[in-house]
Amino acid sequence: MHNSSRRGFMGKAFGAVAGVGAVASLVAMKKTWDPLPSVKAAGFTTLDMSIYPEGQLITEKWRGKPIFVLKKTAAMIAKQTESQKARDIVVGDSHFMIAIGLCTHLGCIPAYIPAEESFLCACHGGMFNWAGEVTKVPPPRAFDIPPFKIEGTSLVLGEVGPEYKAMKDSGITL
Amino acid sequence: MAHFTKATSVKDWLNQRLAIEKVEKVMASEYWIPKNINFLWAMGMVLAITFALLLVSGIFLLMYYQPDVKDAFYSVNYTIMRDVDFGWLWRHVHGVAASVVFLIIYIHMFTGIYYGSYKKGREMIWVSGMLLFVTFSAEAFSGYMLPWGQMSYWAGMVITNIFSLGGLHLDGLVEWIRGDYVPAQAFLTRFFMLHVLLLPLAIMGLIGLHFAALRIPHVNNQDGEEIDFDVEAKKYLAGDKASSKVIRFANDFMSKDLMVVGFFLIFFFYLVFFQYGFALDPVNFDPADGLKTPAHIYPEWYFLWSYEILRPFSVNIGLIAFGFAQVIFVLLPWLDRSPNAVPASRRGAFSIWFWLLLIDMIVLTAMGKLPPEGMFSTIGLVAAVAFILLWVALPFITMNEKKV
Ligand code: FES
Repeated sequence: MHNSSRRGFMGKAFGAVAGVGAVASLVAMKKTWDPLPSVKAAGFTTLDMSIYPEGQLITEKWRGKPIFVLKKTAAMIAKQTESQKARDIVVGDSHFMIAIGLCTHLGCIPAYIPAEESFLCACHGGMFNWAGEVTKVPPPRAFDIPPFKIEGTSLVLGEVGPEYKAMKDSGITL
Repeated sequence: MAHFTKATSVKDWLNQRLAIEKVEKVMASEYWIPKNINFLWAMGMVLAITFALLLVSGIFLLMYYQPDVKDAFYSVNYTIMRDVDFGWLWRHVHGVAASVVFLIIYIHMFTGIYYGSYKKGREMIWVSGMLLFVTFSAEAFSGYMLPWGQMSYWAGMVITNIFSLGGLHLDGLVEWIRGDYVPAQAFLTRFFMLHVLLLPLAIMGLIGLHFAALRIPHVNNQDGEEIDFDVEAKKYLAGDKASSKVIRFANDFMSKDLMVVGFFLIFFFYLVFFQYGFALDPVNFDPADGLKTPAHIYPEWYFLWSYEILRPFSVNIGLIAFGFAQVIFVLLPWLDRSPNAVPASRRGAFSIWFWLLLIDMIVLTAMGKLPPEGMFSTIGLVAAVAFILLWVALPFITMNEKKV
């Protein structure tokens, strides 16, 4: 009796030691798979916004993802709806659509069709207009807008500025 | 310590230390197989052989493959294909086997469904088999990443995006799985590890479990007959081989298995030498480019049916339907409420269900390959809904089945 309770105690003590070790190693395993510091440090890109031509889609790269930059023409600005206007990024007096160029469905890159002023995602047939809004499902939401900060005539992607924060708070982007 | 005597031969020496005679009985000479089973039961052996081919060819590829985003593509398409003597052979064997293994798995699975081999005491065989299927799928997917071509990259992008779980937006989880914002070096190296170490280990463990699960309930037979293996085995051992319903696995039954394996290998190497192209997607011969999506993204043929179930719905419903398709097969032994473990042809409504399911999955496979436009989207949607309805209906149509 005396003996068996002693063994019982040893068993529980071992269980506790092993449990602590197991949890600790799970934490280590999780962290090992996190993005490396070098990956995170490379997560900023600065764009000079004064060089973009009007009405033409330019693809930049940020965190390995394509970034769509479209400087809107006066005609486009004129016919914008309220919800489309809310997605504009205004630098100086130019209006831009800037978005992560990945379909919000499963992440393919939609192609821009200038004649129709819209984007077609070939993967599952999703479509977006020139403001980045969905015009045909399956994509569940408009293009995501990358975190940005306006600094004079340039834009820092990866940093959160007040304009971006406002968009995020009002639910315009995720 | 056990009592040891002076060995009379090498075999005796080993037998005293390893009990090899006993092992031989359990594994081969007194492992009983029913006589009335057809060539479809040889698919297990065919799978074992195909897995061995994958393992051996994989080891040879591993010696030259470079898991580095800058070198991976060239190490596969130049070094292995052109520089390494017979490198092409290992690649073709590996690629063709990876594709064919799924064909055989599906045949094996549908044989089990047709003959009711998942029922009455054989549930663990079925469950361990489905776990093997899932692990094989992960193995195939991780291997598909390694040549780091366009399809590798974009399949990696799309499949890992599924883990954000649609409306839940778990982007942090996706970045954690990738180790980067997009598939990049960390992604390639960890999938390399999964493909060559962790998943093969898991597969080998599961194969062990799958075999062990067979030991007690024994293998089913073509007529769904309940055989008393102990009685029949005694008869056989007493010399009444003709009227016994079972035979030894080795060396009697195995000859039949090996004949089927022989035919399979001829077919397999015909593919390896003359038709290897079907297992290699042309899009994957472009190096990975994160700024350009291929026009159509589709998986290899063996995932098309479940991909097509995901595709026609909005993102959240699609994910639920996809998840449903992944787990529902595991539950088959419990969804089939009938007491009969006989061939589908004798089970009335179930037989119709079986053929409808098979046809539906073929339709889904075909639609998954076609671009998601117009008519094809509609057919795909109907087939996806039909798939779900078939499974929902299964308990009801089997509930009233009469005992045969
Ligand atoms: S990824 Fe764009 S529609 Fe599916």
